Amino acid sequence: MITEVATTTFEKFDLDAGVTLSPVDVAYETYGALNAGRSNAILILHAFSGDAHAAGEGGWWSNMIGPGKGFDTDQYFVICANVLGGCRGTTGPSSINPETGAPWAMSFPAVSIGDMVRLQKMLIDHLGISRLLAVAGGSMGGMQALEWAVTYPDHVAAALPIATTARHSAQQIAFNEVGREAIMADPDWNEGNYYGSKPPARGLAVARMVGHITYMSDESMRQKFGRRLRAPDQFEVESYLHYRGNQFVDRFDANSYLYITRAMDSYDLTQRRSLTSLFEKIRTRFLVISFTSDWLYPSYQSLEIVSALRSRNCDVAYCNLTSQYGHDAFLVEVDEQAPLVRGFLASTLREITKEAPVKAVESSEKVKAWKAFDVSGRRA
Amino acid sequence: MREVYGRRDYAIIGELIEPGTRVLDLGCGQGELLAWLKENKNVDGRGVELTSASVQKAIARGVSVYQGDLESALEDYPDKAFDYVILSQTLQETRDPLRVLRGMLRIGHRGIVAFPNFGHWRVRMAHLWTGRAPKTGLFPHDWYDSPNIHFLTVLDFEALTQSEKWRVERRIFLAGNREVHVYPNLMAEVAVFLFSGGS
Repeated sequence: MITEVATTTFEKFDLDAGVTLSPVDVAYETYGALNAGRSNAILILHAFSGDAHAAGEGGWWSNMIGPGKGFDTDQYFVICANVLGGCRGTTGPSSINPETGAPWAMSFPAVSIGDMVRLQKMLIDHLGISRLLAVAGGSMGGMQALEWAVTYPDHVAAALPIATTARHSAQQIAFNEVGREAIMADPDWNEGNYYGSKPPARGLAVARMVGHITYMSDESMRQKFGRRLRAPDQFEVESYLHYRGNQFVDRFDANSYLYITRAMDSYDLTQRRSLTSLFEKIRTRFLVISFTSDWLYPSYQSLEIVSALRSRNCDVAYCNLTSQYGHDAFLVEVDEQAPLVRGFLASTLREITKEAPVKAVESSEKVKAWKAFDVSGRRA
Repeated sequence: MREVYGRRDYAIIGELIEPGTRVLDLGCGQGELLAWLKENKNVDGRGVELTSASVQKAIARGVSVYQGDLESALEDYPDKAFDYVILSQTLQETRDPLRVLRGMLRIGHRGIVAFPNFGHWRVRMAHLWTGRAPKTGLFPHDWYDSPNIHFLTVLDFEALTQSEKWRVERRIFLAGNREVHVYPNLMAEVAVFLFSGGS
């Protein structure tokens, strides 16, 4: 699999909050090769705690992206970028504010899902792709997929919003708020000014522990842990949550946690107009997937999207996949999900080319050449 | 027809449907017919199916299928969204057939309905001679496990089209793989109607 790891810098970027960020780094990875017609590009959108490393060794969706997989890199050119406000290479609160020479911390401006998507659009333009074959993502990635389809309907042939919603429910906001409070209650958080000293590891770990509970289901926890003991005074499930919490601290920035969860909670696609009126002009094809045991993003939220699309007679496929893995299902239910994605992408490609899928012809050197153009910075 | 779909039955539906049209298949199963219509008639096809496993197979073959109950699914679509709305071998299983048929003509210009004919002579004989709920090749279920909750004949459907003022554009009657031209209410195992009208 041809893989590229890169960072590009844009001179300035206007945020929904009315502030201009300058400059803005975007860390991204690409897999596979762009075809001659530039018609096989798929943008993968990561969930809340994900990053640009979607495929290959240790990639968060490596079971779905790769040669012969759901998103087949032998056929498609797959792109994934770290979101704005993140902490894995793209500009966020842990980045240096060029005006002060110090990390932005809590002075970083508020970011929105719309901002994330507009920045991705700049990246796609920068890569010389005028129309994406598909945008796809689960959870917060699904929100971005919806935003893409609504904001850039002519630039997306297909959208795959998975285990997601057009707006967070009170329950979803509530869990995020517990996470934020845990972080801010940690004295090491220090109003966000912990860079260069001790980060709020306890608070961030607790936030992540709560998150992990919401990603599983009663059934999956019962099967995975039951009441088994790890130590005489510790349940298996306790040990697991502690492990996950501590592991998270090593790779995630607490302030990014605050900013990104805020962006998710504030997102409401229906705020501008009703879903049905938003979807009026949409020609994008949709594959919407939910999972039976996902109580964090329950299927009624997907159905709300699907019903609105159907009322506009949009081309939408919807499946509520049976799974016991809760919200995590979109990351683990590969056998169920991959055939749907494969069939949907193939028919989309057929639709837009009206012929058999074009073989990837562009060499990796050529890809490198046009990617190197205007790339001003590369991170170690 | 779902159970007895050979190439011939695709040809019947194919004959009824104009190329390049918009088609909705209610209770589309694994999307075989829609895939065939897309391939051979270049239709813009959609499907509705309740069973998750069937929906998965349909989507995997590139057909846009919505997983849901067809009776409530009908309500979301805008008026005259489709050129044809197909209901194949499912009418007798719906809770409110008249509402379904009216819904089909609301969202589509034409309806195509195929159903097993309860007036077929074998069914009549089975009922007459056994005195029990008829069990035939066409209606193979015992009374307690049958998905069929409404039993209609060719004449029943004809009468309904008249009282609803629908126009029957085509009627095709089948027995096995043969087309039936005489005494359809007695001889047809499966009836296919192409009809239009309604609000």
